[in-house]
Amino acid sequence: MKKVIYALFAIVISNPTHAALNVFACEPEWAALTQQLAGEQARIYTATTALQDPHRVEARPSLIAQARRANLVVCTGAELETGWLPVVLRESGNTAVAAGSLGNFEAAQFVKMLEIPSRLNRADGDVHAAGNPHIQTDARNFLPIAEALSKRLIQLDAANTVQYQQRLANFTQQWRAALTRWEKQAAPLKGVAIAVQHQGFPYLNDWLGLKQVVTLEPKPGMEPSASHLAQVVSELQTHPAKLVLRAAYQDARPSEWIAQRAKISAVQLPYSVGGTPQASDLFSLFDDTIARLLAGLQ
Amino acid sequence: MFNQKFLSVAIAALCVPSIHSAYAASDAEVQTLRDEVRLLAERINQADAKTAAPAASANAFNPAVSLILGGTYTKLSRDPAIPATGFAMAANPAHAQGFNLGESELGITADIDPEYRGVATMALAPAGGITVENAFILSSALGNGLNVKFGRFFSGLGYLNEQHAHAWDFVDQPLVYASLWNNQIGEDGVQLKWLAPTETFVELGAEVGRGRSFPATDTNRNGAGATALFAHVADDIGVAHSWRAGASLYQTQRQNAQSLNVPDLLATAGGVTNSFSGNSQTAGVDFVWKYAPNGNIADRYIKFQSEIFQRKENGVLTYNLLTPSTYSNTQSGWYMQSVAQFMPHWRTGLRYDRLASGTANIGAANLANVISNYGYSPTRTSWMLDYSPSEFARLRLQVARDMSRQGQPDNQIFVQYLMSMGAHGAHQY
Repeated sequence: MKKVIYALFAIVISNPTHAALNVFACEPEWAALTQQLAGEQARIYTATTALQDPHRVEARPSLIAQARRANLVVCTGAELETGWLPVVLRESGNTAVAAGSLGNFEAAQFVKMLEIPSRLNRADGDVHAAGNPHIQTDARNFLPIAEALSKRLIQLDAANTVQYQQRLANFTQQWRAALTRWEKQAAPLKGVAIAVQHQGFPYLNDWLGLKQVVTLEPKPGMEPSASHLAQVVSELQTHPAKLVLRAAYQDARPSEWIAQRAKISAVQLPYSVGGTPQASDLFSLFDDTIARLLAGLQ
Repeated sequence: MFNQKFLSVAIAALCVPSIHSAYAASDAEVQTLRDEVRLLAERINQADAKTAAPAASANAFNPAVSLILGGTYTKLSRDPAIPATGFAMAANPAHAQGFNLGESELGITADIDPEYRGVATMALAPAGGITVENAFILSSALGNGLNVKFGRFFSGLGYLNEQHAHAWDFVDQPLVYASLWNNQIGEDGVQLKWLAPTETFVELGAEVGRGRSFPATDTNRNGAGATALFAHVADDIGVAHSWRAGASLYQTQRQNAQSLNVPDLLATAGGVTNSFSGNSQTAGVDFVWKYAPNGNIADRYIKFQSEIFQRKENGVLTYNLLTPSTYSNTQSGWYMQSVAQFMPHWRTGLRYDRLASGTANIGAANLANVISNYGYSPTRTSWMLDYSPSEFARLRLQVARDMSRQGQPDNQIFVQYLMSMGAHGAHQY
């Protein structure tokens, strides 16, 4: 028993982290943002990839072990991770990152939420009481989130305040310039009618002015059946759309099927950093998103 | 909202001249204006985010309540009361036949204060009556990876033991859990778990308790009726694979543990009642491996698990409640199973069970009475198919060929529904 404990201490000691903060990011976009704002000051672990449905992740022991070591947990919140994160945080025995503590950052608290349901009923499918949690599809949301996250980093690691402030200023400036560029590029998308596979794009629609006419999932989180897809096709005859969008982690078949029947283009969006080979960081995430949308219009 | 209307008018006012008198305003000026408008929009967005309506009402602090409704139709070809051959002195949680309402499970959880969390699970038996399945307090207040649990809880030993019935992959527990743990071992006591601060998941746990359930014999005493130790090591391999391995040890002192209808060498009709007092030690190892393409379990996954338990008992066996003699035996059992979600919402699984009843060392006084070796290894093979239209509903078909009783193969069919209402917390790995 003693030997085991000594061995464990040895492992800990032999792995000194030079970074000031251990950060556990629930989704890749928050890992990327933290990387922008903290640079070398943070050692970042990303709990999920863009090819995983963030609603449906298992509370794997590896996640618990990482949460145990974390000084800061950066997640979307708004119940997106409700199926796994509470168990991970509880089992980690790490009070510093428990819900509501300084080490627990929920991005959704700092943006205006869309689609807050007026009634909560499971008959409506997988709805979230706090509103639609897919906030990362609107690039504008990253500015207030970055500001709040930077403040949080400073609170946790005051010794590096200057670096954090400098990095935030740089990021904000670059992001503003990028926003202008993206909005200019995306001008042809304004008013374009789209279909979506999952109700996961309201923020993107809000930002770029896309007009969503139909959703392939009959209810949020429920796989579309063949008969429902047939209905969608007839719906698309009366309200034609140009594109059908899906996130990288979603099954391609329903949107490919619709695309073929309704003669529109199926567009796979990276949805998060790493969702497509091109989306390698936060900036290229939106470069690629807009490029793919525009390519779909051709 | 007035702000937003005002803003759109302002934007329009700013944009109109910038379009119609583009020659007058330089690109730089337009850019400055754009940036200013964006800044304003951001401010408004942030202000809106901050003024979200507070959830202020008398019931805002009510705990999360969940209710699991379950029911099974069971078709058996043998009497379920007959225990597995060689396990008449072990547990036999028999299946209920025909249409039966399974246990409905009412769960209530809430944070009590910043340091404590309360969890209660009440099982509502179909015949009426409520039993307290779990009622425990959790606290991470000690920090440093320590988690304390006290009250009534499912022991952390093995892999399946902590899982609630609605999370099982099959209708029933493996034979080894049925015989050695009476399906699932619950304890009244204290559990302490420590998670090592390492990248690899390493967890150590210890429990002391009353010894409330089988194999312990619940008796009033000041000391601990049962103790358990367990350790888990787990990790991921890439994004697609994950595994967990565990070992556990359980110890109890059994006192006058009576078993009814135990067959004997005299072939007494209906068997006899034996009583055992002595030391009981169970060791086990468990392993689980999961694979999902890209680690995306929403789509498809495969899970493989196996557990082995071995129980050593030695003490005094009183045959027919009359003749005491020394008795020691080692019984064991294992299962392995695999479950695959082959397309979203649909899963299938196969499980193989096996038990070994061991060869008992019996004192001279009972050599002619007590069966020392049954010479039979009970086995069972089960196949299941389930469909989950949503995360909250599951319908399952299971067929099994149960060869746990020598010479009495039992073909079993189960149809089960499991529905969960209300708050439904995350499941463990």
